[in-house]
Amino acid sequence: MTTIYAARKIITMNPARPTASHVAVRDGRILGAGTLEELARWGDHTLDERFADKVLMPGLVEGHAHTMEGVFWRYVYCGFFDRTDPDGKQWAGLRSVDAVLDRLSEAEKALDDPEAPLKGFQLDPIYFDNRKVSRADLDKVSSTRPIGVVHASCHIMNVNSKALELAGLLRPGINHPGVPLGEDGLPTGELKGPDVMTPASVHIGFDRDMLACDERGLRDFGKLCVQAGVTTVTDLAARLTDEAVDMMLDVTAKEDFPARVVPLRFFQGLTAADLIDNAVALRRKATDRLRLGMVKVVADGSIQGFSARMRWPGYFNGAPNGLWYVPPEQLLETYERALAADVHVHTHTNGDEATQLAIELLETALRKHPSPDHRFTLQHCQLADAAQFRRMAKLGMCVNLFANHHFYWGDEHYNLTVGPERAERMNACRTALANGLPMAIHSDAPITPLAPLFTAWCAVNRLTASGRVQGEYEKIPVEDALHAITLGAAYTLKLDGEIGSIEAGKRADLAVLEDDPTEIGGENLKDVRVWGTVQGGRVFEATAHSA
Amino acid sequence: MALPLTIIGGYLGSGKTTMVNHLLRHADGRRLAVLVNEFGDLPIDEDLIEAQDDDIISISGGCVCCSYGNDLTLALMDMAALDPAPDHVLLESSGVALPGAIAASVSLLQGYALDGIVTLCNAETVMEQVRDTYIADTIQRQIEDADLIVLNKSDLVEAGRLGGIEEHLRKASGRAEVIAAQHGALPPEILLRSFDGQVPTEPASAAPHSHGFRTLSFPFDAPVDAEALARGLADPLLALVRAKGFVEDIGGARKVIQVVGRRWDVSPASNEAPTGIVVIGKAVDIDENPIRALIVSMSSSSLPSLHPLKK
Repeated sequence: MTTIYAARKIITMNPARPTASHVAVRDGRILGAGTLEELARWGDHTLDERFADKVLMPGLVEGHAHTMEGVFWRYVYCGFFDRTDPDGKQWAGLRSVDAVLDRLSEAEKALDDPEAPLKGFQLDPIYFDNRKVSRADLDKVSSTRPIGVVHASCHIMNVNSKALELAGLLRPGINHPGVPLGEDGLPTGELKGPDVMTPASVHIGFDRDMLACDERGLRDFGKLCVQAGVTTVTDLAARLTDEAVDMMLDVTAKEDFPARVVPLRFFQGLTAADLIDNAVALRRKATDRLRLGMVKVVADGSIQGFSARMRWPGYFNGAPNGLWYVPPEQLLETYERALAADVHVHTHTNGDEATQLAIELLETALRKHPSPDHRFTLQHCQLADAAQFRRMAKLGMCVNLFANHHFYWGDEHYNLTVGPERAERMNACRTALANGLPMAIHSDAPITPLAPLFTAWCAVNRLTASGRVQGEYEKIPVEDALHAITLGAAYTLKLDGEIGSIEAGKRADLAVLEDDPTEIGGENLKDVRVWGTVQGGRVFEATAHSA
Repeated sequence: MALPLTIIGGYLGSGKTTMVNHLLRHADGRRLAVLVNEFGDLPIDEDLIEAQDDDIISISGGCVCCSYGNDLTLALMDMAALDPAPDHVLLESSGVALPGAIAASVSLLQGYALDGIVTLCNAETVMEQVRDTYIADTIQRQIEDADLIVLNKSDLVEAGRLGGIEEHLRKASGRAEVIAAQHGALPPEILLRSFDGQVPTEPASAAPHSHGFRTLSFPFDAPVDAEALARGLADPLLALVRAKGFVEDIGGARKVIQVVGRRWDVSPASNEAPTGIVVIGKAVDIDENPIRALIVSMSSSSLPSLHPLKK
């Protein structure tokens, strides 16, 4: 059974045949891209013209996201920017603390049980001139039920007095850097860091494992993928318990599940040996739509949280160096065992010292276990300099840069965390590519929205939220940005032979667009409208079409 | 009754697991609960294990071991709910963790009383680690956070070098006592709270302890300023590694004093045991005179009845 889709234009990302008018699909794979006349020679076919006025691209690949976003949408959206939920409802961004309280109050009225908790997500007070949210604010929403609102970073939460009381934290004498106190000597309700959030979040009903996704959450996440034109997505820090794997196998196998999910087993709580054994065992369970067997290690913290490991001269505001999340010896052992067992490792590094450590340890491990095509990838790698990119390229590494960070927190980095010069070279896409480093760019959804075309726009324009260009030199052309969200990301997952371009033999994964990203102009790339996707030859129309 | 908790910190290879196993072997009927980052490297000696499943290892003598993986707070909350409750919790931190940060988190949880932070250093490697490009500041912060520093594996360096290493660590800490040890073996009474509430009635000039420590006992019944006494016992000048006892506070209330190295704690006591203080220090350092002077100076009465009991 062959279907030939006609399109206004097909951007193949195959340089030998960069555009086409038709694409033929058989058994979920691409038979070819070309003219109708060329493709018709494959024999019997159905000509499908539903995309005749659309632009087709390879299905977009998000190389760093977390499926837990699917769960978050059951909570109240409190973000500053407009965002669309899995059912296609557009939620307006909230521009003030009062607007946040109003939306929470509205949701509160819909709850019958006066003790039922109320949960919100994506708060980011840096956009409210750093006007902090206090428990008194949230007490106006309710004083009888525990309320918790997680910040966009997922590392801070604001709670009301009831939640503090249930957590045993509404008392004087607390002395903890993650629990700011008010003038009355009691906590203000801002809880910073997982250790501090947990005593409250168990009463607010957040999952014991914030990174966990459930069945409904994964289905909802699939809908977000369709809205964003994404056909392959990573779940970059999954615990992958037996139950979670069974659930993911079950959900992704459903005929109506629209994406290929690549979960990376999270290292925390496992020794290097157990981690790699675990990955090898998981590899045997992999299916087309659930690619198991990779692992994720975290080397340091975050730059805006001042927990990233920085080389000299350190933080711009003089904050002490950040934290290691893994002992260097354990990271080395992980690399060595992974190379020996052919397990693919992605490592989170934010600060340039963490990046340097990862590079040096991988070089050591590679001398012991030479591996011609390991593609070990550094995720975020936000502060890498040219020398580090050169060395990574030499070692056969890849990078997945956090282009969106520039837009959302670029001004913070410029003013506070790393200062002007290093802020301008953060997520240095041009330098990475110029040094021959295979590169992807990412959203880290739910930290920032899953929308690779927006991510591409960030890398092309390098605008901050305040509208300032930060790092003119590191801008990349549209075609490089489009490569990064298709073949570039696929390469970091060793899937570039299967996906990332529209050419004979590859998976029939397509992003169906209303606008042509190569014609709309780089400054408008984020405004390209997504109709939906084709995944493995199955057509999925987005629940909401971006305006 | 708050659960006493000891944080056992230190870099990879400093001997944290060995120390925990030593304590389990010398638990003497105390029900210890051990929290470790992960189970993988056999956190408990095999001969001590009675049963094991994914979340918990049952250890002979009613002790248990749990792993906390990604959420220490959650594991601590679960442990506080154990029935029957353990007598003492040993929290073995991961190699790059900062024990002071863990202590701050423990302080948020009701049901726990931090007994002390013990940071282990590997005598063989610590002088390289304090100069390492990547981990020097982590090691330094672990040392600064310590109430007691255990210079472990001291048998693996030449005797002549040990003093220099101890001196370096003492300076790096600025406050904590440094104790040399082998195979993590320390007298359990240094690291674990005693629960019978008895002040041993040995004379002050007790015999040297087998590990090079001496225990002195100061029974007395005059009321004292309990907090000031506890603070004084934690003063580096006395070089004590542990002090504990029951006293009558100036207000007449009975209090229990706990000192681990530089950390002290005073809380209400409920039992009727005789009052007095027991201190443990290195045999080479300990001197009963300044301790007695301290107790006298803290006493409300100008002539307290302070007289070490004879057996």
